[in-house]
Amino acid sequence: MRHVFSVRIGPVGFRVGSTWRTPIEQLEALYANYPRPEVPDFSVRLFPARPWRQFIRPSVTIGGDFMLPDALPLPLAQGLLAAEMGMNLQMALGQRRYLLLHASVVERDGKALLMSGISGAGKSTLSALLSARGWRFMGDEFALIDPETGLLHAFPRLVSLKNAAIDVVTNALPDARFGPLLAGTPKGDIRHLVPDASAVAAMDTPVPPALLLFPSYGFEADERLVPLSEVFVRLTQASTNYVALGERGFDALARLVKTVPARAIDYPDTDSAVKQIEKLWAAL
Amino acid sequence: MGGVVSDGWLLARVLRTPGNALGLDAAGWTALIAIARAEQIIGTLASRLDGLKLPGDVARILDDARASAAQGQVAALWEVEMARRALAPLGEAVVLLKGSAFAAAGLRAGEGRSIGDLDILVPRARIDAVEAALLAAGWEWVKPNPYDDAYYRQWMHELPPLIHRDRDRMIDVHHTILPLTARITPDAVSLLASSVAVGPGVRMLAPNDVIVHAAAHLFADGDLAGGMRNLWDVHCLVDQFGTTGLDQRAAHHGLAKEVARSLRLAAALYGDGAKLTPGDHVYLRRLTARDSWGRPTRQVTRLGFYVRSHWLRMPPSMLAKHLWTKWRAKPD
Repeated sequence: MRHVFSVRIGPVGFRVGSTWRTPIEQLEALYANYPRPEVPDFSVRLFPARPWRQFIRPSVTIGGDFMLPDALPLPLAQGLLAAEMGMNLQMALGQRRYLLLHASVVERDGKALLMSGISGAGKSTLSALLSARGWRFMGDEFALIDPETGLLHAFPRLVSLKNAAIDVVTNALPDARFGPLLAGTPKGDIRHLVPDASAVAAMDTPVPPALLLFPSYGFEADERLVPLSEVFVRLTQASTNYVALGERGFDALARLVKTVPARAIDYPDTDSAVKQIEKLWAAL
Repeated sequence: MGGVVSDGWLLARVLRTPGNALGLDAAGWTALIAIARAEQIIGTLASRLDGLKLPGDVARILDDARASAAQGQVAALWEVEMARRALAPLGEAVVLLKGSAFAAAGLRAGEGRSIGDLDILVPRARIDAVEAALLAAGWEWVKPNPYDDAYYRQWMHELPPLIHRDRDRMIDVHHTILPLTARITPDAVSLLASSVAVGPGVRMLAPNDVIVHAAAHLFADGDLAGGMRNLWDVHCLVDQFGTTGLDQRAAHHGLAKEVARSLRLAAALYGDGAKLTPGDHVYLRRLTARDSWGRPTRQVTRLGFYVRSHWLRMPPSMLAKHLWTKWRAKPD
């Protein structure tokens, strides 16, 4: 591939090859403070579906070691998003070392808080806002649980902020670095936030999980205990590789569910959510 | 072994002599892993390299590949058991083909091998009963298209693929090993009669027939997709069982040429080499057509083999009608 970029995010190395220069330049700028892998775990490829689509209405197909047969190409202006989606895809389809949960993770006092929920629940936004208040950002897409130790490994890739969350986080983190605004993507407007230096510096330090939250946005502030059975089922649905890991996946998930308290919280706005979360954390 | 040649030969040389891998630099390892993933043989590679002193990242990646293959075999053998239970009331043993047979029998060819669908062989006379039993046990049709369905039933060597509604796993029920439209007609009755038991109610083809099947699939049917893995199977089977009686058996099925070619190509890739024909070199060119990103290369050669696969599969007038129907049914 003509243009190549490599990066190690937490314990996982990627190489991204691209027909075009632009997405690689953007990755180089945004991941400037990250280490490079020796031999990457996964390869991602960005290429035109047909040769002429390199130049005429350039459109980026996402490929790699693991591919979805019907992935829709993105316009070149959204090439950075294509690269990020490509890396996520390798994890979702190819990761076999860690149990993956679709969740954001932040750390305080050597313990991790996991937030899992549907798209729009505020996982990314809340993890970014908490990082502005002294929590260590560990990831906004996947929680990586090591079945051998039960510890959470950080996977602090760029934080993917969508639509209204973009302004909320830009206001909360005025000094942070952001990627370009990607307007009109399949998921609406997207802007990437670069995790702060402490998130990258500490990314090789795994921590035990201490609290599991299922946030829901757009309701009166409320919280409830979630029964173990419901936690288990929710997390099997939130995992991309639970089935593929077989018994190791079951053991890792059962251990998490049995040892970590879980709460569902409803919140009307992010200020309220941050207060609710820090109150729950203090009461642990 | 620097990073000079990065095509399927890189993978072949390491599978043949695992120690060759120790001279690889980071770029060489990266290419090797990408090519092995693309050829769906990374689990085999991982088990071949097990025990060698590997660079840290590589050791971790291959450990994961080995664990993943092991879990894949657990799931594949469970599918075998599910099929066995579904067919037991009919008095039919499950005769396994390909990967799940190697895993069930604990063969060298099965070490680290990835296993996709469950492929079984049943007597043609029992195919309706087998189909009914599988449908009753929760398998469902994958292809709702009436043309495809009718095509499979009239002309193919297998039922249209079925998928299990709970476990999301496919089963291919074969009644012979080549499409009915092909010019060669293997002796399916004898394949079943010579099959060997690998467990209660579970059988597989005799070793010579397994090689014949691999050769039939590669050289008399398909477009050589997955060929590196299929020839690794052949290499391991020859290594483990020898070739006594293989020529006669291949001739009996009408596949002498194909079997001879598969032995030569397996030896060229993974063994001590063989005296190759000019045609063999074209096959090897196709089989090893990957770049350091695992991408398919040599598009003209690939297209040639794709066209050839259809040519072998059916007579020209039928091919024209088939391609016309397929083209008209294209969504865009």
